Amino acid sequence: MLRFIVRRLFVTIPTILIVITLTWGLIKLAPGNFYSGEKRLPAAIEKSIREKYGLDKPWYQQYGKTMWSILRHFDFGTSLRFEGQSVNTIIWRSLPVSAAVGILAYLLALIVGITVGSIAALKQNSRWDYSSMALAMLGISVPNFVLGPILVLVFSLGLYWLPPSRWGGFPSRNLILPVLTLSAIYMAYIARLTRAGMLEVLRSDYIRTARAKGLSETGVVVRHALRGGLMPVISYTGPALAFLLTGTIVVERIFALPGLGNYFIQASLNRDEPLIIGIVAFIAITLLLMNLLVDIAYAFLDPRVRYH
Amino acid sequence: MVTQKSTDEQQDLIHTPPEVAIAEADVRPAEAGEFVRGTSLWRDAWRRLLKNKLAVFGLVVVVLITLASIAGPTLIKRTFGFTPDYIPTNDVKLIRSFPPFTGPDGEFSWAHPMGTDNAGRDQFARVLQGGQISLFVGIISTLVSLLIGVSYGAIAGYFGGRIDNVMMRLVDVLYSLPYIIVVIVLLSMFRSQTARGQLILLFIALGSVSWLTMARIVRGQVLSLKNQEFVLAARATGVSGARIIFRHLVPNTLGPVIVYATLTIPQIMLTEAFLSFLGFGVQAPLASWGSLAADGVQNIAIFPWQLIFPGVTMALTLFSLNFLGDGLRDALDPQMRTV
Repeated sequence: MLRFIVRRLFVTIPTILIVITLTWGLIKLAPGNFYSGEKRLPAAIEKSIREKYGLDKPWYQQYGKTMWSILRHFDFGTSLRFEGQSVNTIIWRSLPVSAAVGILAYLLALIVGITVGSIAALKQNSRWDYSSMALAMLGISVPNFVLGPILVLVFSLGLYWLPPSRWGGFPSRNLILPVLTLSAIYMAYIARLTRAGMLEVLRSDYIRTARAKGLSETGVVVRHALRGGLMPVISYTGPALAFLLTGTIVVERIFALPGLGNYFIQASLNRDEPLIIGIVAFIAITLLLMNLLVDIAYAFLDPRVRYH
Repeated sequence: MVTQKSTDEQQDLIHTPPEVAIAEADVRPAEAGEFVRGTSLWRDAWRRLLKNKLAVFGLVVVVLITLASIAGPTLIKRTFGFTPDYIPTNDVKLIRSFPPFTGPDGEFSWAHPMGTDNAGRDQFARVLQGGQISLFVGIISTLVSLLIGVSYGAIAGYFGGRIDNVMMRLVDVLYSLPYIIVVIVLLSMFRSQTARGQLILLFIALGSVSWLTMARIVRGQVLSLKNQEFVLAARATGVSGARIIFRHLVPNTLGPVIVYATLTIPQIMLTEAFLSFLGFGVQAPLASWGSLAADGVQNIAIFPWQLIFPGVTMALTLFSLNFLGDGLRDALDPQMRTV
């Protein structure tokens, strides 16, 4: 097990470096500069800007300097547009917002998805099964940037129940609509995965044995079937995290939340180079570490999985 | 490069691949004027697909929306005399966005069944034209991803060994990357000045990040096919590696490839809409469902129809494509029923 983790870390760390290098390379290869706007700058000013940001040096020195300060001090430098704020400050300030929305959305999706999916599997081919699966397909097909505004239209602008946007601290009513919008698609996916997984498990021999030895139906389902039936859901966690990231970008845009995704879009539009690299690196690290955790959890839950 | 095999295997070196055998069995009785008409893999699949009501529904809706997107703008021009980008200039009204089925003076009118946008352009024509772009991006990017994924997977699977190991490890690494983030960086940094340039950039970006699953599927298929006799026969007659891959192996992986391609189209369309919604995708004067929805969100409180019509049309299309893809999977490969 330990060997597996160490080996995975050996792959993970270079991957993070590749992501950072790729982003750095894309930014450097792109035409234009962050300082050149509509007008051309006088040569003297351009020269002093280039000196200040070290752009007069050859590319490998710039690359070396960036990577060195990241590796050595985890320092991504100072944002170009949010003046005087370091990239790390911005990331640590915006992370709780994204994390709150993302984690709540994922928990909601797990609870609703697993419940709906299991019931659909237990009552296969019933009306409940068909209607919940059609609803799940609808959830997968409605883009979140359509769902979000429609929810706002109904619950904020129509019924005046919930605030339409803005961040209001952690436990607040402002969170309800963003979390619902973000979780809809995962609810749908998880319901479908649970149903498929449960259907397969319910037909297996050990469930028949459990029933034959006289366990109650709830005992069979909760203690035996769910454990095997949820394996696809667990292995979906990795991709789900990636989707969750893209989802939060849109949701933060729609609901004007000051999260990582919103800063990332602003940084990309403004060509705020250090901030772009910082957020990309941060996202890559989170994603890869979470994937590692998921793989470890998988090994604990499923005794058939062996890491060689 | 012929590997030495046992004598019984060498005896049936010349062996028709199963698909061809079935296809021939299908044709021969008809030629001979005999009683039973055999069934091919494809005809079987088609019959199974037609039994699946949801898949048929999906197929019909997809075909209808595609036809409407292609022919719609022209038909509207013929009937009402305006193009999707026609801005009425003769009236100087302050508000030009009218609700569905309403004319400029609040009267009932057939001219704008989806209302008009901020500039007074017909929303129905805009949605149909946006559909052209959305479907076009979905299909072309899927083709790009098909090209990369199938070649990559087939090469890895065919050569096997160390080459396969390295190629697939690379796929694993790419899988775990936050690719959408890299795509956003790519699209924003290399933002093209022209709408067409941005569209080409979008094809490349979307196609080059969505081939991974395709590569895995094709590799798996090729691995199981490459030891069959028809490949050995081809090799024995001196056919080159590239020719074996693309003439003999790839055609036999067509079933799963078609299924997965059908399921890739809605995914790519969704990603395109997501990027266009954020302002990195399709640029004006072109419009896709995503960019129309982005425009609509700005005015959601006053002119909700500007968001609802492109949004619902897109959701309906994705819904149908997903059902069609699911149906195709069940029809072509009844054993592959996962999710």
